[in-house]
Amino acid sequence: MASAVLAAAARRRRVTPLLRRVRRSPPLVVGLVLFGALLLMAAFAPLIAPADPIAIQVSERLQPPSAAHLFGTDDFGRDLFSRVVWGSRLAVRLGTLSVLVAATGGVALGLVAGYYRGWVDNLISRLLEVVLAFPGELFAIAIIAVLGPSLDNLIVALGLFGWPGYARLVRGSVLSAGQREYVEAARAIGARASRVMLRHILPNVVAPVIILSATRFGGALLAGSGLSFIGLGVPIPQPEWGAIMATGRDYIGSAWWIVVFPGVLIATAVLGVNLVGDGLRDVLDPRLGD
Amino acid sequence: MGRYVLRRLVLALPVLLGVSVAVFLMIELVPGDPATVLAGDTASADQVERIRHELGLDQPLPVQYLRFVERLAHGSLGESTRTHREVLLEIAERFPYTLALALGAVTLSTVVGVGLGILAAINRGRAGDHVTMGIAIVGLSVPTFLLAIVGIIVFSLALHWLPVTGARTWQSYILPIVALSLHSAAVKARITRSSMLEVLGQEYLRTARAKGLRERLVILRHALKNALIPVTTIVGLQFGALLGGAFIIENIFGWPGVGRLAVQAIFNRDFPLVQGTVLLVAVAYLLSNLVVDVLYAWLDPRIRYG
Repeated sequence: MASAVLAAAARRRRVTPLLRRVRRSPPLVVGLVLFGALLLMAAFAPLIAPADPIAIQVSERLQPPSAAHLFGTDDFGRDLFSRVVWGSRLAVRLGTLSVLVAATGGVALGLVAGYYRGWVDNLISRLLEVVLAFPGELFAIAIIAVLGPSLDNLIVALGLFGWPGYARLVRGSVLSAGQREYVEAARAIGARASRVMLRHILPNVVAPVIILSATRFGGALLAGSGLSFIGLGVPIPQPEWGAIMATGRDYIGSAWWIVVFPGVLIATAVLGVNLVGDGLRDVLDPRLGD
Repeated sequence: MGRYVLRRLVLALPVLLGVSVAVFLMIELVPGDPATVLAGDTASADQVERIRHELGLDQPLPVQYLRFVERLAHGSLGESTRTHREVLLEIAERFPYTLALALGAVTLSTVVGVGLGILAAINRGRAGDHVTMGIAIVGLSVPTFLLAIVGIIVFSLALHWLPVTGARTWQSYILPIVALSLHSAAVKARITRSSMLEVLGQEYLRTARAKGLRERLVILRHALKNALIPVTTIVGLQFGALLGGAFIIENIFGWPGVGRLAVQAIFNRDFPLVQGTVLLVAVAYLLSNLVVDVLYAWLDPRIRYG
């Protein structure tokens, strides 16, 4: 009984400082609130949205914001508020899946390159440099040009583009962890390479990988909505935020709300994850901060 | 230094090779017959066969690749299926407009970004720091195309100060350059701040202060020079990326640059033009990265000998 109480107290001691550090970081709190709101909006979209996001109602076209249509309507009379709310699902999906594609591929390549070194490392590093040779959105644009514009292709394109960032980060950590005694000890007692990598090396890189993922999530939202906006991302009838803004391009003089509301939503969502990333960096890895 | 440059050049070769293979394979990955894809949607069956024969698309892939490289070596990127002009010529015509935007955006964002970064660093922990860094993170989060559109709504449509599209007058440059500068300025403000803070803690600055130098001199003459080394890298990388064309901004403003050319080529399914722009942009980016590395080594001797 006493030992259980002591154990609980010890657990609390370990947990509290982290929580306190989280609470003491206003950017992180604001970021978590914004990001949480995005997730809630996506989860409860059918309950929040008053109308069908795709249904056309020509008699209601280009209505300014009002009580009936909070964010107004677009050129097909679709309720913009409903479209923007449903769009949060596409945003969460785009951000999460592209980060997953980027992180799993990049972390695996980085682990293998850093663990085996030699020609394996050389091959992987040169391969990733080819990806890095394409500036900014060009790599994603090249992939979209080949595969055609769609949400899935956008996820693939942005995911692949994220590989080098994760791989470099993990490779560096593995190279330095490889020198540590506990890794050598694990090797000495005959642990398999995969076990050493996953059990002994990977946990060291979790914090920086999470921080990078927050930044990449925001980057994917910006790049994805930007590409959708110029017609190289999610096709227009879908309520993706950039695609909604694209429908408003011809009406910016008369119906500003079609571009402004989804645009503000994108900015708020990205600000949320960026704040989370900054805050986590300060909390999890004080060395990286200033 | 000469040896360092040579080593970097040699290291760039396999990457260049990889880029050329990737661009070459783009056509193979497009669903459908490569000859039909390359000939364009409007081509007749005869034209498709002619292209298949001319480009050797009936040959094995390695042979095709060698012929692709051979054509590149002769300075040919193929012919646009739309205009039937040499792709290189099409790009060369558009490049000056993209270059102008890139130079403008790099200059503006460096002045604003580095200025804000210094301001934040010397006011560390005070209101000035929080406000500046708050602006920077918002700048990182706002989509550039939203800023561009709000700019058009306010300054072009409401106030009639600036033109909506095109590149005819000097006023046409203002909105695209400002929109393009937003992100890069925010990135540079953050990097300048942390780099300044690191330098400000160094011992030689304590020495400079101990000598009785005024704080402004300490910061301008001693701290800034060293703090700006990492900033140089970012400036170079951003310039390289901007040279490739600002796809989204050029499209919003109907800008006659490389970025819009590439996007139009994708819509027209003009694949030789798509391949050509992707290849040239990647090579330009590689070269500018190389210049940045060399510049970095020149500024910071530790890298050359490290």
